[in-house]
Amino acid sequence: MADPVSFINWSLLALEPPGWGGVLLRGLLNSIQIAIGGYAFGLLLGIGGACGKLYGGPITRDLMECYTTIVRAVPELVLILLLYYAGTDALNYVLGLVGIGQVDISGLVAGIFVIGVVQGAYTTEVLRGAIKAVPPGQIEAARAYGMSPTKVMTRVTLPAMLPYAIPGLSNLWLIATKDTALLAVVGFSELTLVTRQAAGSTKAYLLFFCAAGALYLMLTLVSDFFIKIIERRARRGFVEQS
Amino acid sequence: MSDTTPPDTTTHAMAFTPEDLPTAESFFKPHRIVLLAIAAALVFCIVWFMRWDWLPQYLPRLGYGIMVTLAMLFSTAILGFLLAVPLGLVQVTGPWPLKALAKGFCTVIRGTPLLLQLWLLYYGLGSLFPQFPAIRQSFLWPYLRESWPYGVAALTISFAAYEGEVMRGAFAGVPAGEIEAARAYGMSRWTLFRRIWLPRAIHRALPTLNGETVLQLKATPLVATITVIDVYSVISKVRQDTYITYEPLLLLALIYMCLTGILVIAFRYLENRIPTRGA
Amino acid sequence: MKKTLKTIALSLALGIVAAGAVAAEPLKVGFAAEPYPPFTSPDASGNWEGWEVEFEKAICAEAKLECVITPVAWDGIIPALTSKKIDMIIGSMSITEERLKTIDFSDKYYNTPTGVIGPKSETFEATPEGLKGKTIGVQVSTIHQVYANKYFGENGATVKEYQTQDEANNDLAAGRLDAVQADSIALGAFLKSDQGKECCDLKGMVKDDPAILGAGVGIGIRKGEDELKAKLNAAIKAIRANGTYDTFSKKYFDFDVYGQ
Repeated sequence: MADPVSFINWSLLALEPPGWGGVLLRGLLNSIQIAIGGYAFGLLLGIGGACGKLYGGPITRDLMECYTTIVRAVPELVLILLLYYAGTDALNYVLGLVGIGQVDISGLVAGIFVIGVVQGAYTTEVLRGAIKAVPPGQIEAARAYGMSPTKVMTRVTLPAMLPYAIPGLSNLWLIATKDTALLAVVGFSELTLVTRQAAGSTKAYLLFFCAAGALYLMLTLVSDFFIKIIERRARRGFVEQS
Repeated sequence: MSDTTPPDTTTHAMAFTPEDLPTAESFFKPHRIVLLAIAAALVFCIVWFMRWDWLPQYLPRLGYGIMVTLAMLFSTAILGFLLAVPLGLVQVTGPWPLKALAKGFCTVIRGTPLLLQLWLLYYGLGSLFPQFPAIRQSFLWPYLRESWPYGVAALTISFAAYEGEVMRGAFAGVPAGEIEAARAYGMSRWTLFRRIWLPRAIHRALPTLNGETVLQLKATPLVATITVIDVYSVISKVRQDTYITYEPLLLLALIYMCLTGILVIAFRYLENRIPTRGA
Repeated sequence: MKKTLKTIALSLALGIVAAGAVAAEPLKVGFAAEPYPPFTSPDASGNWEGWEVEFEKAICAEAKLECVITPVAWDGIIPALTSKKIDMIIGSMSITEERLKTIDFSDKYYNTPTGVIGPKSETFEATPEGLKGKTIGVQVSTIHQVYANKYFGENGATVKEYQTQDEANNDLAAGRLDAVQADSIALGAFLKSDQGKECCDLKGMVKDDPAILGAGVGIGIRKGEDELKAKLNAAIKAIRANGTYDTFSKKYFDFDVYGQ
């Protein structure tokens, strides 16, 4: 039993049953889906949050502050549990009051919602920092040209802050991909949970956890590759700081 | 992850830091008083209308759980930081095999979820150990049977990888002139490292330490998934025993917010005591 | 600007609702998302199989219900039921007084005794005296957790609680536990597996305590859904009477799993 070769049974990773490779890949796909959905949702929340924090009235600003403070002070795992149970419950309750009635919230939507709310707070902070880094003269100049606030936002502020925001935003994407693993705790079939199921069924724990690790790492490295390209594009025209 | 990324801005976006602490007088604006009143009413409703009868019975266990969480946090942050120093150093000056190894380590750890690493250690490695009689008979076995060493190991490794990246930047960022000056004084390499390079690098890394520690606190509840009984796992037990979902989780969120708050206030106190001029 | 944001937020919220609202209607049958052979376990193509999956199919066919199986986390399965994430629990959940305070159950559909297993190298009895000073693993939110805490935990044994049965079994094989208490069939399946065969054997059955160990396993439903309950009870009776129950049970067991 202590023979190391007997621990590795590569056929378990075959793509077709009885190998579990297909299951792992489907789990990865689920993870990526949630990461993309949650990231996009978080980006929308973040844009709203950052604008609220910078340009909103005092009450909006304070509410946004509460949102980001809570998310930044409470573990993701706890937030995910709270949002997973309470968030969907509350949504149903509100919809019940409005009169639409109960809806059935699928695991995927719940997952995207949960990751999105967490990401939204992080994105808010990243974008707020980036917008503040835009030289105020540029925005004032746009205003002086008589642009409407929306136009100032879409034509000047957003494009000008992008180079400052991209490093933070790309880090957040990597964090989103890893945060999806936490959904394993609420029983969502993403990569980490299916890995554990596969490992539990076959007892090849080390093999499957390493395989899943390799998949996550691949996702990170591929993302990193594209992030570098995007960063280089976004920093065109910037003086290189050494 | 990429080299151009300043890690501390993202850390700041993810972790509550001293700059975010409100000042006392900032609470006395008219709209804030209204908001505070609404918040107080909300808290009152939560306390009054929700079920809290389970609380007294679990208080001692909650206290124990908080202690375990804090022990996990501080032990892994300290061990992780000690590990991060050589990790950062060899990435700056080490020979290339060590450099590649350290960089690979950081990339792998930072590129995979902590939960997966934890399970890999506990279920993967942990189920491998007993198959070697030598390990089973060694003095380590009583510890390897427990679950907390795996939690400490996983959290330490993760902290070391993230902080190692920070230390790399800190070592690289110490002005060359200071090191040249030390050399000109005839300091040996070891003295130079001990007296100049390391203290200056740590000084530069200190501001990020706060954010990283809060992030580490936010990572500790994961150890509950490998049967370590921390505060998260006590709350899980309440949920399972009583079938109440929201009240225990709200309390848990409050506990973590308090812990973060205390941590941040402590860091601000420390930061004020360390002179930062010229850093 | 603010208006645009509000529009975005609103359309997003509606989008979530719409996306969620598409898949309505069929009843969601929840069980723990973990290998629990021979009752529920995932196969390599990602489907769930086992005795309880076949039972669920038979019941839903008999009661003319449209069912879809939905794996959820075991420790949150009752909140998932009460918050309507799932509509039924067919997950080896025993009918106990404690659970009846929160949810309702159909009649029982199987009942088996509770056993204790341990490493082959050690001999002890499944009694409070036999387990004194030992570490015993149980799954959280189960009758075994309550029982082990009461009978063994208060008599000098350490009770360690696991999220899934599979993890407890694995830790027993890894030498981190001295014993595991669980349903005797689930333990039997583990002892027949390669991992279990090598390390462990059955130490005995525990003394019955009906107040804790309950009166068998039932289908968990929300309180107040009496119509569904009546349908399920009729269906259980029907598949018992027409032989369907015995037909699929024979594939898994050589005894009557329904119990007394």
